[in-house]
Amino acid sequence: MADSAFESRIEQALEDETLRRNFASALGAFAARRRSVFPDGRALERLRTQAAAIRDRALARLPELLEELESRLTANGIRVHWAETAAVGCRLVLEILEAHGVRRVVKGKSMVSEEMHLNAFLARHGIETVETDLGEFIIQLAGETPAHIIVPAVHKNRAQIARLFQEKIAGAPYTEEVTELNAIARRTLRERFREAGAGLSGVNFAVAETGTLCLVENEGNGRMCTGVPPLHIAVMGIEKVIERLEDLPPLLRLLTGSATGQRVTTYVNLISGPRRNADPDGPREVHLVLLDNGRSAVYADPELRATLRCIRCGCCLNHCPVYARIGGHAYGTTYPGPIGKVLTPQLLGIDRAGELPFASTLCGACEEVCPVRIPLAHLLRRLRAEAVRSPASRGDRRGSGRPDRLERLAWWAWGQAVQRPSIYRAILAGGRWLGGLLPPVGPLERWMRTHAEPRFSRRNLRRILRRQGIPDA
Amino acid sequence: MSLAPRKPARVQLFATCLVEAFFPETALAVVELIGREGVAVVFPPGQSCCGQPAYNAGFREEARAAARRQMDALAGELPIVVPSASCAGMMKHHYPRLFPDPAERAAAERFAGRIVEWSEFLVRGLGVRLHDTGPPLKVTWHSSCHALREMEVVPCAKALLAGLERVELVPLSHETECCGFGGIFSVKQPALCGAMAADKLADIQATGAERVIAGDCGCLLNLQGAIEARGLALRAQHLADFLRERTRGG
Amino acid sequence: MPEPRARERILARLRAAPREIPPRPEAEARPPAAPGPETAAALEAALTAMRAEVHRLPGGRWAAELRERLAGRGLSELLYFPGSPWAVELEEAWTPAAQDSPRLVAWEGAVEDFRGRLFSAAAGITAAAAAAADPGVLLLRPGPEEPRLLSLVPPVHVVLVPAERIYPTFEDALADGSFAPPLAANLVLVSGPSKTADIELTLAFGVHGPRELLVFILA
Repeated sequence: MADSAFESRIEQALEDETLRRNFASALGAFAARRRSVFPDGRALERLRTQAAAIRDRALARLPELLEELESRLTANGIRVHWAETAAVGCRLVLEILEAHGVRRVVKGKSMVSEEMHLNAFLARHGIETVETDLGEFIIQLAGETPAHIIVPAVHKNRAQIARLFQEKIAGAPYTEEVTELNAIARRTLRERFREAGAGLSGVNFAVAETGTLCLVENEGNGRMCTGVPPLHIAVMGIEKVIERLEDLPPLLRLLTGSATGQRVTTYVNLISGPRRNADPDGPREVHLVLLDNGRSAVYADPELRATLRCIRCGCCLNHCPVYARIGGHAYGTTYPGPIGKVLTPQLLGIDRAGELPFASTLCGACEEVCPVRIPLAHLLRRLRAEAVRSPASRGDRRGSGRPDRLERLAWWAWGQAVQRPSIYRAILAGGRWLGGLLPPVGPLERWMRTHAEPRFSRRNLRRILRRQGIPDA
Repeated sequence: MSLAPRKPARVQLFATCLVEAFFPETALAVVELIGREGVAVVFPPGQSCCGQPAYNAGFREEARAAARRQMDALAGELPIVVPSASCAGMMKHHYPRLFPDPAERAAAERFAGRIVEWSEFLVRGLGVRLHDTGPPLKVTWHSSCHALREMEVVPCAKALLAGLERVELVPLSHETECCGFGGIFSVKQPALCGAMAADKLADIQATGAERVIAGDCGCLLNLQGAIEARGLALRAQHLADFLRERTRGG
Repeated sequence: MPEPRARERILARLRAAPREIPPRPEAEARPPAAPGPETAAALEAALTAMRAEVHRLPGGRWAAELRERLAGRGLSELLYFPGSPWAVELEEAWTPAAQDSPRLVAWEGAVEDFRGRLFSAAAGITAAAAAAADPGVLLLRPGPEEPRLLSLVPPVHVVLVPAERIYPTFEDALADGSFAPPLAANLVLVSGPSKTADIELTLAFGVHGPRELLVFILA
């Protein structure tokens, strides 16, 4: 049976022992740190309930909050732009940069900008964008995309990074000392911060009440990007707005605790405006691009809307047995892991990414840790049902997850059998007679790639029970 | 202090399709363990599959049809004992979600209220006390995802194991990690399923135990199939079968 | 440049979706707590755990004491902002200059004219407007009296924290005047020196921001 591109990437990833080791050790450490930062299980459950309610309420009032946010930001001197698609968002950013004659940009970590493929777009228009988060810097040098939402270079070990720096950074010696590697990055990037004409960033939360953009980070590169250049452009998905400032403390606790097991990040940067008249520094202009890019379509369905609660902590990745084994790149999407499997088919279309929700055992480990209680396993099931219902796909049928005729026929037959006791009993009898003598084709062939052939029992449960005097009613 | 649990006179058994097809002795073990406590078991003959395979494959209509069939076949007021946590979870937590129609949903909710996973029934419903008659033995335990997160009955299974005096339970280092079965996942993503099962087997082997006990037939099918494919000297066994074996003649 | 219709279309799509607005979630009922003597100790413990260095200074002659504590640390200079309300006390304490203490250097003008100097500075000093013992954060409020970059660009950040503004929790600190609307253009919570664990989760300090955070709590 021909495998899809996704399946081939999975098989490749499974064969890469280094990759699996790198992921397994990192994710195990994150999970352990999370447990230690939330030692009181009941308090954590209360906090998760509170955070889910905060996000739910914000989503329920989303159009009103976006308007409130816009008007507060505008009053604070931050210019707000709206983009329906990634392409429009990219163009808006480019137009702002071109209006200021900016050619060099420093950038803080932003998943939404990855979703927009912003760097590549700006490069095509002659604008150089330098990623300044250490992990992002590493993968930019390697010409890769993030393998994880929070720790983008988690798939690389120090030897791989040492070789990369030696190759790509002029004058950098080969060293596997982490402090040395950090020092090389610091030296390289400090010049970039000084010279950049603009800083780009994402947004973790936007507070409607006060017109404030909240950015969390540990390195200080985000503060550099939003504080050193004369122009700061932030990009944000429309779902990231929250109602009030008082909603921030519980969300921040959960975000950092769930993401990296930290009580708090080194910096929480609250931006409510550009430099004011008497200020000695700060950007002269701050812009915010609000990106829809399919989110309003997700929003339309009250059940699927829970997807938009996500605060991008990556905790579901850290606890996912599938992600742990294949890493982020195998998904071939901006957002990997459980949340990626739920979000991507909704953003790109079920006919293009419908197979993603099937790549889960529905074990529920993600749901158990999600800080905003997104019912991930339930949404995966829902999206599987959507894939089954979806019309014929535009491209790779296997990528759509849409079952072929044979599978549809099999499920139809299954439905007939489980509804009719006589057929069901006949099939059981057939199994007892056949034992393990099924031809290894189709699903059974796939099962038998790693398993022995299942053998039907020769024993007839119903007959034995009857003999034991167990009544049939 | 021990509270006498409310013991029903009779229960219905929902055997599950995997048990009927592959592990009939598991149903017999459950019937025996319950029968010993003086509770009568009835086996409604119209039962088939809970519908979870279709539900998880995205075939909602077929899953609904299966659910309707079971609700019909297992009508009445008696508790319904299920020897597999994932099937129990399907019937208890997902049946109500299958039906948009309020009347059907209400019926599904009443039905869901009767579902009880067998180990929970033994511990919380019957207050079973076991007498271990077997030789000293080292085993390990695999928490099925549905037992752990959906039915939350792992403490019951562990209480039953703890009641076996001569059985030493060696925990897995990744006890709560999925074994990789996932129903349709195992045939849609065979490489991933195999990799997860292989890691689980390595974890089991590292305990030095020769048997892994679980309470879910899906996991057992996966683990036993992977064990046999590798020719390992290991055995995956349902907790009910294990309890029956250990308490024979007791 | 902007496309006004995009806004309307996005909002219209959101409004068209079925919505039920739940009540605002109840935060855990907890009496608001005010700063107290034990909060300073808790803050010290939390910051120290995050690899900050914490000192206590007497309220009266804090500047002179600060100079003594900074002496002999090998700091060549200390950059400060003359517009800060406590700048005069600092200047007085540093007069006359001495060999063993860092040279006091004043920030001059707007950042555009000072950027080169800023990026070569060895240390900067700012004050925190408030702090919270849990989760152990200092609240910086840059503005006309304090540049944003003074607490970020030099590799050593010296920060003064008034003890009476240390709140038990972040939630409590929201009651501080610093959070009264309209908010300052920039507010920053700081919990320690700049750090990263992006390479093999190995913790390293001072990747972009300060490598050292020296906290001085003023009684």
